[in-house]
Amino acid sequence: MQDTLYFNSKAKTKHTFDAIVVGSGVSGGWAAKELTEKGLNVLMIERGPKYEHVKDYKTVSNDPWDSKYGTETTQQQKEDYPVIHRGWAANQVVMDAWTNEKDSPYTEIKPFTWWRSYRMGGRSLLWGRQSYRLSEMDFEANAKEGVGIDWPIRYADIAPWYDHVEKFVGISGSKEGLSQLPDGQFQPPFPLNIVEKEIAKKIKGHYNSNRHLFVGRVANITQDLPGRGKCQYRARCWEGCPYGGYFSTQSSTLPAAMATGKLTIVTDAIVKEVIYDKESKKAKGVEVLDTVDNMTYEFYSNVVFLCASTLNSTWILMNSATDVYADGLGSSSGELGHNVMDHHYNLGASGTIEGFDDYYTYGRRPTGFYIPRFANIGSDKRDYLRGFGYQGAASRQGWQRDVAELAIGTDLKEFLTEPGNWTIGATGFGEVLPHHDNKIMLDKRYYDASGNVVTDATKGKQKTDKWGLPILAADAELRENELKMRKDIVNDLKEMWEAAGVKDVKTRDTGHALGHGIHEMGTARMGRDPKTSVLNAYNQVWDAPNVFVTDGSGMVSSGCQNPSLTYMALTARAANYAVEQLKKQNL
Amino acid sequence: MDRRQVLRNISLITGAAFVGGEMFLQTGCKPANNAITGVTSVSPKDFDLLNEIGEAIIPTTNTPGAKAANVAQFMSDLVNDCYSEKDRKIFIEGLADIQSSFQSKNKKSFAEATREEKIAFLMEKDNEAKEVNKANQEKAKEERTTHYFTMLKQLTILGYFNSEIGATQTLRYVAVPGRYEGDVPYKKGDRAWAT
Repeated sequence: MQDTLYFNSKAKTKHTFDAIVVGSGVSGGWAAKELTEKGLNVLMIERGPKYEHVKDYKTVSNDPWDSKYGTETTQQQKEDYPVIHRGWAANQVVMDAWTNEKDSPYTEIKPFTWWRSYRMGGRSLLWGRQSYRLSEMDFEANAKEGVGIDWPIRYADIAPWYDHVEKFVGISGSKEGLSQLPDGQFQPPFPLNIVEKEIAKKIKGHYNSNRHLFVGRVANITQDLPGRGKCQYRARCWEGCPYGGYFSTQSSTLPAAMATGKLTIVTDAIVKEVIYDKESKKAKGVEVLDTVDNMTYEFYSNVVFLCASTLNSTWILMNSATDVYADGLGSSSGELGHNVMDHHYNLGASGTIEGFDDYYTYGRRPTGFYIPRFANIGSDKRDYLRGFGYQGAASRQGWQRDVAELAIGTDLKEFLTEPGNWTIGATGFGEVLPHHDNKIMLDKRYYDASGNVVTDATKGKQKTDKWGLPILAADAELRENELKMRKDIVNDLKEMWEAAGVKDVKTRDTGHALGHGIHEMGTARMGRDPKTSVLNAYNQVWDAPNVFVTDGSGMVSSGCQNPSLTYMALTARAANYAVEQLKKQNL
Repeated sequence: MDRRQVLRNISLITGAAFVGGEMFLQTGCKPANNAITGVTSVSPKDFDLLNEIGEAIIPTTNTPGAKAANVAQFMSDLVNDCYSEKDRKIFIEGLADIQSSFQSKNKKSFAEATREEKIAFLMEKDNEAKEVNKANQEKAKEERTTHYFTMLKQLTILGYFNSEIGATQTLRYVAVPGRYEGDVPYKKGDRAWAT
């Protein structure tokens, strides 16, 4: 494992910490910040390499002409990253961010698109930054409808923690007073453009103020925060921001944790398992595999926070305490690995808008608009449960627009030198219900040389990753509720656009494999009863209360709101609780 | 990750899916083995031809054209490294076709022709490509074909407007805008933003 700049060189000799945080993304960064600020000595373990704020943002000062292939990827990259190439994130400027899929394979029993970034900061560097609260309606829905199990918390339990994280993260947004999408601690919002304002007004009028379009709430700051400069409207966030204009581990939680002098970081180290002590029924620490020297090390602590990302935290649990629980720590409920969710998208509608040819825009706004959920709210009843929101933008077409009709030469050049029509488009994000049979598991099957599943070890061997570790298999799919909802997502948007005067509306639905929404969640759900859940109301593993899982794994339902803000709030809440319990010597 | 970037990138330019970019989007299929067997690649000796074709597509007007932006380099990089073997073959055979069919039609080589002759000839190729793209709309995805001129047109437009000349002289480019305004007055003739 590499010593990073932050690395306390005593780590290899001094193997004992107050807390260990596994993972350095959105959740891991928050766990490290909160625990160190409350006085704990913390070891953060990242499986990928170090990646330093600004210094390692290699493309950040490039102009478009500095990229040899523009945004296109090479044939070699297409071979190395086939999953990433299913979606829109296969872009030359960020290809180095994605996990090498040959080194870290997984099995798709049914299509499952898993977007991974194994390096310091994880997906906090790449994320879409849309930040929305879940509402009381979301926390109550499972119990009211008899779906899955009840959340062990309500909105009031998490609301102060939303406040807490929003102030630090810097969420820009407008207060809208909607019960299904609670307002928060916002910095001033980014503006809608002239067309979006007009469309918002028309939608509001047409739907009797029951549907809303406002600027997306986003973790890009419009006012400076300590150590961070406000957004400069380059809209190249995912390359890393030299100003710290958006929330990432590197820009935000890591500097705060470092400032305490209580954080030690180890990179290039995969946590293989939580070390479980049968006597005390608690974790003693973690065992890690050094990906540089292939040696195994142990680190010890009073508490362990698993923030390794939804599927990977569960993978760690599945590999832990297997001498006591055959299917891993937390499996006594029979729910570990089950109830995987996502938000389903890859569908929407777009069209053109007339009458604004005298207007254009300046600058590149790092967000678009949001249309919050309206289905199954109030009198708007549907023949399926839950609902969906939309994200989109209006803009004038640029030089990449379709010029199929134009010939070559001066006319073509002059045509593309001017902006095109105003267009508007949006993508739906639909809630996915928890379903026991949507699951992940360790792939324990045997494969022959041509990749066919065979019966036993005499005929083939199990798949492993580059380091010989077991791999996950995903067996999950959209079901009836989501498929019914998808029809409405498309039709409702078309209807709204047409009601707002959008012309030439075109719809699309290209299908959705779970995972593609990059909002994978569930697999170690919270709950009120150890018989039906993996974690309790404070994200503690029922079977090892000093192990907290605070990434998306604990989600009990998915809502349709982008989930990262909720992971942050749950993490801060759990960290606060862990420190309280340590003080009371309960852990 | 900005999902809206996708919307910008997918409807590229020529009434056809962007060659090289769409291969795995829907199917997630395994890429063809990229061992280059029997297919040559674009080489610097093709650059004059590529820049001439590019210049016919995006000519010099009151700002420099594709040749000044050396789109040949970009075309070559993309075709050699980003295209599938099948698409690269179509592209390279297309370059040969341009030269041979020009020769048999005009009784001189493409390189010796006047710019007007080149443009007139390439206009025909553009029309051929449009017919193919139009016919593709009626066909199942796997039965669609790509005309090499669609590739040339896409690569020229992409290479030119991504170039420093295209982005800063023909279009407008501001690296660090510093603010957003959603209602800037616009009058016909004002240049578009490069990004």
